[in-house]
Amino acid sequence: MSEQDRKFDPAKATAFFTGRGHSGWLGLRYSDHGDDWVELELPWREDLLGEDGQRVLASGPILSLMDMASGMAIWRAMDEFTAIATLDLRVDYVRPAREGASVFGRSQCYRLTRSAAFVRGLAHDGDADDPVAHIQAVFMKIAPTARL
Amino acid sequence: MADIPDIEALTPYARSLGIALDRWEDGTPIMAVSFDEMVEGRPDHYHGGATGGLLETAGYAALRAELARLEREAVLKPINITVQYLAAGKSRTSYARGRITKLGRRSANITVEAWQDDPARPIATAVMNVLMAEPSG
Repeated sequence: MSEQDRKFDPAKATAFFTGRGHSGWLGLRYSDHGDDWVELELPWREDLLGEDGQRVLASGPILSLMDMASGMAIWRAMDEFTAIATLDLRVDYVRPAREGASVFGRSQCYRLTRSAAFVRGLAHDGDADDPVAHIQAVFMKIAPTARL
Repeated sequence: MADIPDIEALTPYARSLGIALDRWEDGTPIMAVSFDEMVEGRPDHYHGGATGGLLETAGYAALRAELARLEREAVLKPINITVQYLAAGKSRTSYARGRITKLGRRSANITVEAWQDDPARPIATAVMNVLMAEPSG
């Protein structure tokens, strides 16, 4: 399917979703996308740190970033916007993110069924070959589209 | 009460998101976050990431309380978390409580539950592994 035939535009959708709510508070931004994946950017923020006395981004915002990137990847893969809900999300934090760096969350929807969407992804702080986290998740379609 | 340790239950991130220590129950901190735009995903519902942040915060708080009770000092570092989303978080206060399932020398395994109206009907649960590093210096 060529880009012109696609209905779901991750760049435009990100702007819509991050205008408000939890994603807006985090300041998530569109970064990149492919046919079945989307990458979002979480800019560095002083008030999102983890333990006091350590200059390390908390793990919570990375979970939110990956949840959002996963949802976008699913809509991209389905090429439509239907209500979905996270069923299960696993995050492995393999190393701390560098101080002052944006964290990029890249998620790929590798399998769609009538009712479920399976995603995997990673978070990195500039080099996707040296991730800060890996994720795996399953989402459910809330109102399954008939005969999808 | 003697079984309530003096701990800093909140990270800067948790404070920013509006998570607060609600109360202590059986020596375990119950964390809470009220519903507002900062935690909202689809209209009038919690964002899965915000629910996850509450679960993580409650897990760390439970671990800090247990370490304080044992007079152990450690720098906590996340290893992983697996969140199960069981029901949509509606537009009201959410609570979460962690339970230490295994406290080792270097890592802890913690299970966490989040609920809204009824603790017996959780909206999400999590299992976390946390690394306890030696404080440096």
